[in-house]
Amino acid sequence: MKKTYKIDVDCANCANKMEVAANKTEGVKEATVNFMALKMKVEFEEGADPQDVMPNVLKNCKKVEDDCEIFF
Amino acid sequence: MKYSFNKKQKNNLIRIIIAAALLVCLHFVHLHNGIMFLCYMVPYLIVGYDILKKAWKGMINRQPLDENLLMAIATVGAIALALYKTGDFTEAVAVMLFYQVGELFQSYAVGRSRRNIGELMDIRPDYANIETDDGIEKVDPDEVEIGTIIVVQPGEKVPIDGVVCEGKASLDTSALTGESVPRSVREGDEVISGCINTNGVLRIRTTREFDESTASKILDLVENASSRKSRSENFISRFARVYTPIVVISAVLLAIAPPLIRMTLLATAPEWGQWIYRALTFLVISCPCALVISIPLSFFAGIGGASREGILVKGSNYLEGLSKIKTVVMDKTGTLTKGVFRVTRVFPADVNRFDEAEILHMAAHAERHSSHPIAQALREAFENETDGCQVDNVEEIAGHGIRAQVDGRTVCVGNRRMMDAVGAKAPEPAESLPETDMSGTVIYVAIDGQYAGCIVISDIIKETSPEAVRKMREAGVSRLVMLTGDNQAAAGAVAAELGIQEVCSELLPADKVSKVEELIDGKGRVAFVGDGINDAPVLSRADIGIAMGALGSDAAIEAADVVLMDDDPLKIAKAIRLSRKCMRIVHENIWFAIGIKVLCLILCAIGAVGMWAAIFADVGVMVLAVLNAMRTLLVRNV
Repeated sequence: MKKTYKIDVDCANCANKMEVAANKTEGVKEATVNFMALKMKVEFEEGADPQDVMPNVLKNCKKVEDDCEIFF
Repeated sequence: MKYSFNKKQKNNLIRIIIAAALLVCLHFVHLHNGIMFLCYMVPYLIVGYDILKKAWKGMINRQPLDENLLMAIATVGAIALALYKTGDFTEAVAVMLFYQVGELFQSYAVGRSRRNIGELMDIRPDYANIETDDGIEKVDPDEVEIGTIIVVQPGEKVPIDGVVCEGKASLDTSALTGESVPRSVREGDEVISGCINTNGVLRIRTTREFDESTASKILDLVENASSRKSRSENFISRFARVYTPIVVISAVLLAIAPPLIRMTLLATAPEWGQWIYRALTFLVISCPCALVISIPLSFFAGIGGASREGILVKGSNYLEGLSKIKTVVMDKTGTLTKGVFRVTRVFPADVNRFDEAEILHMAAHAERHSSHPIAQALREAFENETDGCQVDNVEEIAGHGIRAQVDGRTVCVGNRRMMDAVGAKAPEPAESLPETDMSGTVIYVAIDGQYAGCIVISDIIKETSPEAVRKMREAGVSRLVMLTGDNQAAAGAVAAELGIQEVCSELLPADKVSKVEELIDGKGRVAFVGDGINDAPVLSRADIGIAMGALGSDAAIEAADVVLMDDDPLKIAKAIRLSRKCMRIVHENIWFAIGIKVLCLILCAIGAVGMWAAIFADVGVMVLAVLNAMRTLLVRNV
């Protein structure tokens, strides 16, 4: 399953960091962050519930870039 | 719409102003060093507390060195130096201040360009009007089911693809195709979402869901385009990965090595303070933000600008690929030619019995009710088809043609077999027609059982095709190849008219794939241009597949890397030029940013520039790089 989320982040480099962090989160198959469009596209692993995965994605992103937000 | 600061940016601006004011005031105050330190800490913390916080968090979470940490180390270092030695706290505060000014500018510029590009792609419909018992109701287009009747008022966007079931209007398609001439639609015409209704009310029966509609698909495509990273972008992320450690190691060396050498080898004072200061400056300069921000921005703006011109590029990597195209392979029908037929020549058997006009007249009447493309061509060639002539007993003979009574005469229109079947003696094609006119379909006409003459119908070349070929050559395409399933004569005639030397004719769709594979030999990229009808495999096989006039054709949009929204072949050359411009700007920015950076680093290492100059250079380079990147948006005159 693929879903797109709106995000808020300040710099391009931070967006890259978020992408790496999101990809390391369990339940995420592939995540891409588009800094210019301020969007995160997440492809979930089979059977993973986005509602369970996304809080962890946010937590991991917050770890690398404090000043970010994902709207889910 | 003018872009103004958002809340966060306003906040930062206020912090910067307060800190700057305090800094100026403190300049005129002279107190004991310790008290001065406390005084200077006020503006420093006001302007830099978030940087320090981020740096601290990064350290706790064991993040690799980032710009926040660099800034924190550099400024704290400068303060420590001031506290023990120089007493000049201004520097640390000013550096932090300038850094924040740079950040503010960057965030403003990005927000602004985001807005600009967003405006370019302003085709997202916000609502749909549906008819209910109590009149018209505005609903979320997502909720509209297929087959619903929606109403589009003048000035509104068509929200969902559909067919007009009532009303007439001209639609402004410029946001989709870059074409400024409005398209007029009436009952029975298909309309695509994203067009703006300029006049007249339309009732439309939707044929797709919102998500599947053209506007949604295009937006999705463009917004996701920058997820497919180009080699330049990958280069930047790889560069940043090796760059930061190298810079940090160099800085450490700069702080330690010269003093040690001075102490041990030269036996002079080590001057630790001076070298540590230089190392700190070195760190401040090193931040590669100009590069990190301007490259993706250039691509994003390039893709956004191209979409404005009706050229959809599906990824930064394809934009990069487009700029390297050396060979363009084109399909004939629908790409270089209109794919519609027109009468090009009429050959009467005996001018005294039936002249050209009469043959066309009869043939057009016989084909009055047929929807075959050839019938349409005949009707178009004879202007007053709906004159008073009586047409009866129209009979379509499969595989042969049509027979009809026109004003009491039996008219047969069809191929040679048709002539044989009715006993009309038609000459061999070679005898009746000069070679050059073989480039089309020959339609024979018999009147009252006697051969009257033949009509040559051929596909016509698009008006812009010759110019398109010329422009492509100018844009640096060294090899042009035309592929077609048509016979050699027809293909040769078109190629000769357009000045294309290489032609491969009588190809089956599968042959086209192998032909393109032959052409992909590693030297320069090979692009294939087709209209998306049964050439999807070729589109995906070529280095760059360009689908033309593909609005509404899902298979083509799916298979192609670049989608031209209308069917003007001039857009091919335009796409190539746009991509070249974008890549040129990307390269300019890469070299400019790295060049200035390296220069500053060297100047700093030899002690020629201080921290102030360093931060100025940093912010300045970034501003110029961002402004340069925004040039990719200017696509009109490319």
